[in-house]
Amino acid sequence: MDWLYVLMPIAGVKIFWPGLIILGIGVGVIGGFFGMGGAWMVTPGLNILGFPMAFAIGTDIAHMAGKSLISTMRHGKFGNVDYKLGMIMLIGTVVGFEIGAQMIMWLERIGQVGPVVRWMYLVLLALIAWMVFADVSKKRKKEREAIAAGKEVDKLATGIEWHKTLHKIKIPPMVTLQAAGITCSAWLPILVSFFTGWLAGILGIGGGLIRMPALIYLIGCPTHVAVGTDLFEVMISGLYGAASYTYKGRTELVAAIIMLIGAAMGAQVGSVATKYIKGYGIRIAFGLAVVGCFISVLLKLIPNYVPELYTICDVTATVLILGLVAAMSVYITVKMVQGAAKEVAMKKGKA
Amino acid sequence: MPAVKRLALILATLWLTAQTALAAGGGGEFIVIVADSRKLTGIMAWWANLYNESHLYFTALTVVLIPLIGVIFGVLADFIMHFIGIDLSSRDLAEH
Repeated sequence: MDWLYVLMPIAGVKIFWPGLIILGIGVGVIGGFFGMGGAWMVTPGLNILGFPMAFAIGTDIAHMAGKSLISTMRHGKFGNVDYKLGMIMLIGTVVGFEIGAQMIMWLERIGQVGPVVRWMYLVLLALIAWMVFADVSKKRKKEREAIAAGKEVDKLATGIEWHKTLHKIKIPPMVTLQAAGITCSAWLPILVSFFTGWLAGILGIGGGLIRMPALIYLIGCPTHVAVGTDLFEVMISGLYGAASYTYKGRTELVAAIIMLIGAAMGAQVGSVATKYIKGYGIRIAFGLAVVGCFISVLLKLIPNYVPELYTICDVTATVLILGLVAAMSVYITVKMVQGAAKEVAMKKGKA
Repeated sequence: MPAVKRLALILATLWLTAQTALAAGGGGEFIVIVADSRKLTGIMAWWANLYNESHLYFTALTVVLIPLIGVIFGVLADFIMHFIGIDLSSRDLAEH
């Protein structure tokens, strides 16, 4: 069975290549569907396959850049990418990130970086999960009330509508964002991206997990546009990140290419699946992914207080993340296949 | 805005996004890693030697190859889905 293993020329280890393709497909599907890079899912996967940590991050970012490019192209054709919004948000993200990174240096100096970051991450994930499910429950309540009153259910109705309040702030310059269908003060996306960038800088994550809900709840993007625009940002930062990590000698291109074979296909499936799943379906699935991430971070935090639980927590966290990746990618793929089959059948019916 | 200024703005923005990208996993100690090319042959040996000789060329090639391979496989997936009969140019759902 030697042919199932490929020698990585830089890292010098033999890796089970079908595992890399399967992992690529899984994160490709999820990334294309939710609009995030998914580093928190890839790293444990690469670890299990026997990848040295020194190369895991760089390889992950390199494949992420290619995958996000494909997803952005696909979402762009669907009209899901607001390029203007993406470019405006890059400014705030970069400045916010720099300040966040400086704060981390300061916390390191006073020896508080570990606990602060981990607990902040947990609070943030809990907040995002609450926001998503509160939004869904509020929307359902509105629908029930409309039905009870004998009115027609508004398909464009949303649950949480914080963005409507924020859109009332009309500090010039005002910008019209065509794809998102929003006219607001340019300061709103700049400040929101500054905030999400600051959080990403402090937490040491890519930011898709925070930016996607922020685009929906604070800026008021439709779910599909939030996914597409977030992927556009991931693509730009991913390409630069790939260059930066490779220059430091931390990218195993052979592994990134093998993963990309799966991810390229998966990203298409995930992006096309957004055609068939309603915005709120995406939000609910995203909320579940956030809950999974919350539990895995919690499991990694427990051994700091109860060291004897390290092995069990570590294994459970890895199994949970990989199980979540598998379950979600299967769900999205099934939905995509069902939707495509329906579309093809309808076309045949018309012909 | 003139094209040159726009290009300069895009390049400056790309340069500034470095830290954002690095955020995905944090940094790491700067350790010099040398690829062992003795066990390798053909293109793999050439690739490992390129890594050892110049990280700059290695980076340039990686940055070109990643999007290129991504686009090739993406277009292939496009072709397959188009062949199946999926409309890849529009999305009917317009709700939040």
